[in-house]
Amino acid sequence: MHMHGAGHHHPSAGEGGDDVSSFRMILTMGTIGLLAGLLIVVTYRLTLPIIEQNKAEFLQRAIFDVLPNASQKQAFVVEKDGTLRPERGKEKRVFKIYAGYDDRGKLVGVAIEAKGQGFQDVIHIIYGYDPEREVIVGMKVLESKETPGLGSKIETDPEFIANFKALVVKLTPDLSDLVHPLEMVKKGQKTADWQIEAITGATISSRAITNILLKSSREILPIIQRNLDVLKQGASQ
Amino acid sequence: MTGESLSFIFINAALINNFVLSSFLGICPFLGVSGKLKTAGPMGAAVTFVMFISSIFAYAIHQILLIIEAPYLQLISYIVVIASAVQLVEMFIKKFSPVLYRALGIYLPLITTNCAILGMALFQTNRGYDFIQSLIFSLGAGAGFSLALIIMAGIREALDLSDIPGLVKGTALTLMVAGILSMAFMGFAGLGG
Amino acid sequence: MKMEETTSMDILLKGIWKENPVFVQVLGMCPVLAVTNSVINSIVMGIATTFVLVMSSFFVSLFRKLIPRQVRIASYIMIIATFVTVAEYIIQAVSLEVHKSLGAFISLIVVNCIILGRAEAFASKHPVKEAVMDALGMGAGFTFAVLSLGVVRELLGNGTLAGIPIFGPGFEPWSIMILPGGAFFVLGAWLLFFNWLRERAKKQQERVVV
Repeated sequence: MHMHGAGHHHPSAGEGGDDVSSFRMILTMGTIGLLAGLLIVVTYRLTLPIIEQNKAEFLQRAIFDVLPNASQKQAFVVEKDGTLRPERGKEKRVFKIYAGYDDRGKLVGVAIEAKGQGFQDVIHIIYGYDPEREVIVGMKVLESKETPGLGSKIETDPEFIANFKALVVKLTPDLSDLVHPLEMVKKGQKTADWQIEAITGATISSRAITNILLKSSREILPIIQRNLDVLKQGASQ
Repeated sequence: MTGESLSFIFINAALINNFVLSSFLGICPFLGVSGKLKTAGPMGAAVTFVMFISSIFAYAIHQILLIIEAPYLQLISYIVVIASAVQLVEMFIKKFSPVLYRALGIYLPLITTNCAILGMALFQTNRGYDFIQSLIFSLGAGAGFSLALIIMAGIREALDLSDIPGLVKGTALTLMVAGILSMAFMGFAGLGG
Repeated sequence: MKMEETTSMDILLKGIWKENPVFVQVLGMCPVLAVTNSVINSIVMGIATTFVLVMSSFFVSLFRKLIPRQVRIASYIMIIATFVTVAEYIIQAVSLEVHKSLGAFISLIVVNCIILGRAEAFASKHPVKEAVMDALGMGAGFTFAVLSLGVVRELLGNGTLAGIPIFGPGFEPWSIMILPGGAFFVLGAWLLFFNWLRERAKKQQERVVV
């Protein structure tokens, strides 16, 4: 505590007074900024490979989770004009979908990422689509801040996840819309293959998933159907 | 990229995910300055204003960082910009409206360490809002903060007049009231559809 | 026992109990309320904050004679932001899941008033060793506080501790504890408890004096 008392006398004596030159202030800030920048860049460079690998593994696992029969994958970039092309190298800031193939290179499905507002915050999901049968074959929540114990059941509730094993998303012949838009029903009231049974106590989160899927499938599924040939060739390229 | 409507962004930040009561941002001033209605109003206005300015700067910085591909500078540049924005606002108000400056003066420096501002800047970036969405989001966040502050100040003024055991008085009671308010705000959840 | 040792030990301990940054000084409330819905989140937040606190106190104390008074706050904020960024990348490299569940609140350590408060009130006026001890103590006190919230909230709200079920399957989770409202209630209850302890100690002291 005696240090404390001593510290108080100094500022008035001059070293902390107002006569510090602007040059010294700028020099101090500059030096600190430089050192700070250096430290940040070093950490960034050191951790980046690990983080990228973590992310790639996470994505790979998610893709194979929602496409049960896939054993290899190829990313495709969705162009603004609604065409698809295989990803060249590692492209950032483009919208990508992932085609999954079995061991013999046959297209088994497409994994699509989608986002939308949930109860708490944006929910980020990935789902698998089988273009042959026109059904959703799997759905996984990548990121959500839904209420733990209630809304978070969209990630864990086995009955809810079972909704997405064979969810019908058949397109009309002119590919303009779904024949039967996805809809949410209360638990135990499911009568058709395009309905999603909500989780009791997490209706808003369940509806959020339904809406995200509906919006995304309306946008992306026609593109997939139109570019099916590109996707089928994918693995051989 | 996100197709959220502007009205939804506003309502979401102000009510459904109220910045203070549900996202826990800006708790320090919420506990500190919510004692009197007279000070709660100006504080809310000042924070909203700084949020609006910071939102513009944060959007610009994010675009620059994207171009020079230096995402690791995000945090440090945001906090420097917010600190400068607060300073700027302070100088600006001091010069053009000494009356307002005197009313807000003591609260302005405090705003720098108000996590609601930095939180707003980070959220708008993480959610990928475009420029207009960011502005609306900052206004919604400011409105949410002001609303929570003013409601709390009203309740606390009434509580001052009631007979409360000494042990409970102070922050503990404020927190309990905030808990009840937070539960009440959960009722807005359906608004966003 | 040497005098010096007792003082640095005192500095360390006061942060945990007598001057606990959360329960006694009521600082750094945002993360305390926001990330304490599970034990894991609480632990990571506690460790990350302690790391930033210790590193920034160390450098603030080391450079305390070189930084001009006028730009000290800006310098401190820059030092703190640097270590928060470092902590953020390390957490992301260790576990993406944890990074995701904490979200923006890792970045928000920058504006945790405990850190700037300690830099300004203690580290800028004391030698390195004492500053680090103080930071460790405050960090431990903060970790203790977030954990005491995290344990109560996860146990009552989810029936688990660090993900492991504690109660039998018949337990009906007290969901409100995990919701935002629960955070306010539990923190309020802890503050009440600490008030009560202090009042009791004061009364006992008075009795001894009489």
